[in-house]
Order: sequence, then structure tokens, then C-alpha cells
Amino acid sequence: MRQSIVHWFKFASPQSFYPLAGRMIPWFWAAAAIFGIAGLWISFFVAPTDAQQGEGYRIIFVHVPASWMSMFIYLVMAFWAGLGLALNTRVSGMMAQALAPTGALMAALSLLTGALWGKPMWGAWWVWDARLTSELILFFLYLGFMALQAAIDDPRRADKAGAILALVGVVNIPIIYFSVKWWNTLHQGSTINLNKAPSMAQTMLWGMMLMALAFWMYSIAMALMRVRAIILERERHTEWVKHAVE
Amino acid sequence: MNALLATVRRDILLALRRKSEVLTAVFFFVIVTSLFPLGIGPEPVLLKKIAPGILWVAALLATLLGLPRLFAADHVDGTLEQMALSPSSLGLLVAGKILAHWLLCGLPLVLLAPVLGLQFDLDASALGILTLALLLGTPLLSLIGAIGAALTLGVRGGGVLLALLVLPLYIPALIFGAGAVEAHIAGLGAGGHLSLLAAMLALAVFFAPWATTAALRIALE
Repeated sequence: MRQSIVHWFKFASPQSFYPLAGRMIPWFWAAAAIFGIAGLWISFFVAPTDAQQGEGYRIIFVHVPASWMSMFIYLVMAFWAGLGLALNTRVSGMMAQALAPTGALMAALSLLTGALWGKPMWGAWWVWDARLTSELILFFLYLGFMALQAAIDDPRRADKAGAILALVGVVNIPIIYFSVKWWNTLHQGSTINLNKAPSMAQTMLWGMMLMALAFWMYSIAMALMRVRAIILERERHTEWVKHAVE
Repeated sequence: MNALLATVRRDILLALRRKSEVLTAVFFFVIVTSLFPLGIGPEPVLLKKIAPGILWVAALLATLLGLPRLFAADHVDGTLEQMALSPSSLGLLVAGKILAHWLLCGLPLVLLAPVLGLQFDLDASALGILTLALLLGTPLLSLIGAIGAALTLGVRGGGVLLALLVLPLYIPALIFGAGAVEAHIAGLGAGGHLSLLAAMLALAVFFAPWATTAALRIALE
């Protein structure tokens, strides 16, 4: 038992995590490609045309996984941030920093595809629906996190300050979500209700799941690549980095 | 508790020696709320409808204006370090500073809001709800803002960054604060909104000084 704990903490050091991440990246890229190709094939060629929405509905195969990832990445980021704050491990803070741009990208992608889907379906690029609004606020939280980290020169302080912000954000996300939801029902009633979507065809569900897996693999691969870059940048004064870059 | 009161007294005394800083935020609140009718037009029906939102957003921005001062001066002259070293807990002293900030920046807004509400043709009971909502909401704004102020202490471009960090977190307060007045005007009763605002305030009173203290310790390292 004791042995395994020591084994895990070994990878909390940038020097031993760097090659491990390097070995994992190709696998995650390969998985992302396989899931992505399968998912796109199902979503474009196998899944039937929707009776009500026509071909335009196919954008949900990108939109839904992107929205899921944007929320999930924030949780993972807060997890790493909290771990870094509690255990004072350096790689944790770097992981949080590496995840933020991918999370922001997913939130932006989700807003963009949502707008592209909303125009033909609802007749508007943007409505003040509870989900749209909370996704927008989530995007703002990502931007705040990245801006705070970028503004602080000392990386250790940046990690810790960012960690507190991420944790405060995680506590606030449910409060923000429910307040936006109640605000929405108070104002416009249920003109548009995303919850009572018609039951989905099995193939559509498969396509969406495969695309979600592809997005997962992409996000992990991307975060690992970014964390490798961050490790090199922060540890540039050490001997092992000089050898690693050669 | 003595340490908390002493901090409140000290901060208020310091602020009263330089009154202009406090008054700037108050006048900002007055001017911003008076600008909206000029931009939108003088129709009473429309103004009455948008009044709660405007007063709340203006209160939000006025609070934001005072936040960078919360810790900056004490950080520069080293008082903050002495506070961290002092035998009484830093969390208590921070709570005192936040309380003083609310008394200086939040309370004047609460007292002015009914007067400014008259500009928007709100009736007496709506003004009462507005004042009550602000009374519950402005301490919440000070508490959440203190976390942001501590995180951006001594950081490049602190003021703008502070707005980016804090404003998304202010959204629930804005929704329920302005919503209380709107619900009252619509005849729905403001009780639910005010209760939720009070619940958030209770949570923030407990957690925000703690998070602020953690952020200050990082800034002081």
C-alpha cells in the first residue's frame, strides 16, 4: 500500500511527469482520431434526418459534447487547483493552468455552435435562455481565471491565486446556474424548453457519445501537450530541461 | 471582537480624513443612474420598468469602484503585513475591513437609493423593497468583492482585472436584488427573493473573509 502512494507522488514532480505526459500524448491523440472519425461518420452518414429539425440538427454532435466538456473541464481544473493548494504540488497548478484555455475554447465553441443552431431553429442567434446565459457566464469565469494567471509574474503565486479563484468559481457555479434559471422563468416563461426534446434515435445517441469521447481524448491530449510546454518554460533553469530540449 | 471593532474604527477614521475618495463612488452612483433616463427617454412607464435593474447595476459598479482601495494602501505601507503578524486572527481583521468598506461604500448607496428611485417614478412600497434588497445585497457585494481585491493585490492592471473576476460572481445578487423589486411591482411578493438574498449573504459572511484571508496570505508571501 505504502509503495503505491510513493509511486503516485513521484509524478507530482515536473521532471518525472514530463516524460510520462510525452508517452501518453500519442495514445490520446490516436484515441481522439478514432473516436472522432467514428463519431463523425455516424453523425453524418448513419444518423437519420430529424423529422422536425431537418439536417440542421446535426450540429448538436459538436455542440453537446463541447458544452459537456466546458463544464467538466472547469470541475477538473478546480480539482487540480484545490489539490495544488492543499498538497503544494507544482504539477497540479500547471495542470489547472493548462486546462483553462481548452475549457474556454469548449465554452466558446458551445456558444458559437449554439448560435448557429439557434438561428434556423429558433429564428434568433441568441436568446436569454438559462442554459445559454450560464454557459456565457462560465466563459467569463474561464477568461477571469486566465487573465488573473497572466497578470501575475511569479508562477507560484499565479497558481495559488488562480486556485482560490477556481474554487470560489466552483462554489458559485450552482448558485449562478439556479439564479439564472429562476430569473429566466420569472421573465419569459417557458417559450423555449430544451428539456422536452423528443426522445432521440439510438444512432443519434451513439454518434453523440462517440463525439463526446473524441472531445475527451482531444482535451486530455491538448492539456498534456500544454502542460509539457509549461513545465519546460517554468523549469528552464534546471539541468534536466537543458538536456531534454537538446 | 475588539480587534474587529478597532479595525472598523481605524478604516472609517482614515476614510473620513480623505472624504473625496468615498464621495467619488457615491457621486458616481448618482450620476450613472441619472444618465439612463437621458439616454433612454423620459417616459415614466418604461423608466419604472427598468428602474430596479439600473439602480442595481449602478450600485454594483459603484461598489466595484471602491474595491481596489480596500487593501491597496495597507499593502503599500506594510500595515497588512503587520496585521498578518499580529496575535489576533487575520480573518477577523479582514472581516473588520470588509465591514468598514460596506459602511463607507455600501451604506451610502442604500440610503441614496430611495431618493434616486423617485427619479424613476417608483412608489413608496417599491422604494421600501428596493432599499431592503440593497441593504441585504450591498454587504454581499463587499464580501465577494473583497476576495477579488485580495487576489488582484499588487497585480498588473489590477482595476480592470478585478472587474473581470468579480462581476460574473455578482450575477446572483443582481438577479435576486433587482428581481425582488420587479416581483413586488408585478404583485408577486418579494419575500422569496429577499430570503434568497439573505441566504447568500449568510453564506458569504461565513466563507468570504476566509477566502479573502487565504488570498491575502498568498499576496504577502
